[in-house]
Amino acid sequence: MAWTWFHRLGSPPYIYGLAARLTPWFAWSAGLILIAALFAGLVLAPPDYQQGEGYRIIFIHAPCGWMSTMVYSTMAVSAAVGLIWRIKVAHAVAASCATLGASFTAATLATGMLWGKPMWGTYWEWDPRLTFELVLLFLYLGYMGLRASFEDVQRADRASAFLAIVGVIDVPLIHYSVIWWNSLHQAPSVMKLGKPTMPPEMLVPLLMMFLGFTLFFVAVLLTRLRGEVLRRERTASWIREAVLQ
Amino acid sequence: MSTVAQPSVPTRASSAAVRGSALAAARLVLLRDLRLAFRKPEHIVQPLAFFAIVTTLFPLSTTPELSRLREIAPGVLWVAALLSGLLALEFLFRDDAQDGTLEQYALSGQSLTWLILAKTCAHWLLTGLPLALLAPLAGGALGAPAAALPSITVTIAIGTVALSLVGAIGAALTIGVKRGGVLLSVLVLPLAVPILIFGSRATQLAIAGESFVAALELLGAMAVLGVTLAPLAAAAAVRISLE
Repeated sequence: MAWTWFHRLGSPPYIYGLAARLTPWFAWSAGLILIAALFAGLVLAPPDYQQGEGYRIIFIHAPCGWMSTMVYSTMAVSAAVGLIWRIKVAHAVAASCATLGASFTAATLATGMLWGKPMWGTYWEWDPRLTFELVLLFLYLGYMGLRASFEDVQRADRASAFLAIVGVIDVPLIHYSVIWWNSLHQAPSVMKLGKPTMPPEMLVPLLMMFLGFTLFFVAVLLTRLRGEVLRRERTASWIREAVLQ
Repeated sequence: MSTVAQPSVPTRASSAAVRGSALAAARLVLLRDLRLAFRKPEHIVQPLAFFAIVTTLFPLSTTPELSRLREIAPGVLWVAALLSGLLALEFLFRDDAQDGTLEQYALSGQSLTWLILAKTCAHWLLTGLPLALLAPLAGGALGAPAAALPSITVTIAIGTVALSLVGAIGAALTIGVKRGGVLLSVLVLPLAVPILIFGSRATQLAIAGESFVAALELLGAMAVLGVTLAPLAAAAAVRISLE
């Protein structure tokens, strides 16, 4: 059957071995691409005509921001898969995503604040994007809090999966309401720097950073997934064989 | 129908409900919840007292000048309404989950969605509506002009509908959690951000004497979205929590 490869993905021993085999590939390609992109971004790319050298934090900040929402959708999709088809491994993926997503969100906020101080003159501004990112961090914290509040793994899986799915409906709503919230008010005019179209010397390293961050995410996710599977299946007999190998 | 007038015996309520349609069952649940609440009035009074206290804290902690309080009045009213709404949400499923009534609902063969909608409806009548009626008083004390007071009631009333519905999902997910109050806040408050934004915006415009119809319509749209989707989601969450 052509579908058997797909069904095997739901089996914890198979996914444990697969993750172990795939992790080095993702980790090494992420490392190489990130080093190349950092070199291209920090050394080769020209300074910005307005922001000078300070803009270079974008090579960390923008990919983190992209990951913060991408990880949330990964988490929600795997939570939905776990809830609908009752696949335990999918729940384990969702559980592994939460901390990662929260970390990326925190990193986005931190780098954004560091960037904001020299450019805007303030660490924090109640700009829609900043506010949305902060609310996203709260959503991750709520998800992790709900997961942590159940002793029983299966109940934690199902309840938190549900929250992740409700969040998917609400995240765009929060996003747009936050944008409208500030545009209804008079926004301080110093906020928006002119956004020139990006020259390829800046765009290419940035895109490479996006790719590198995504590969890095997958590598870390697979590693965390192995830990999660080990924790959940700790009473299963295959664990002994897999670990002793 | 008068045999169902004994809310302490949930099985009788649900066996009567099986005979009726989903709407009739929902009506019975609504009446039962209202009747139970009036026998334990502290659940109604406490969130209101909390709301009144929180709004009192702001003049004490910032400034007693009415001109400056008027500026922050919408935010104060809405944050206080959100927080006291959250406080009340803890009571939404707790007692019914503890004494097994909720399980009876889930097993009754009736649409759990309708029953949850009825429970949420009762919850709003008992917490949201009194809050909306109390809010003009607090608004007036914070310097809102008399002309704006009816519109404060309208905005808070519609906003608390949306809040009760979103909160029902969070309350359903935290049914089995011990001391789930803080967790419930962490779950629900981020999801309630749009309600807060448009609600306080509408109140702000009303206090300023401008047209607040656009913000009110967005608030109403969220309430309608909530009525449509939230009972489905909350019913599914109740089933997860009962497993």
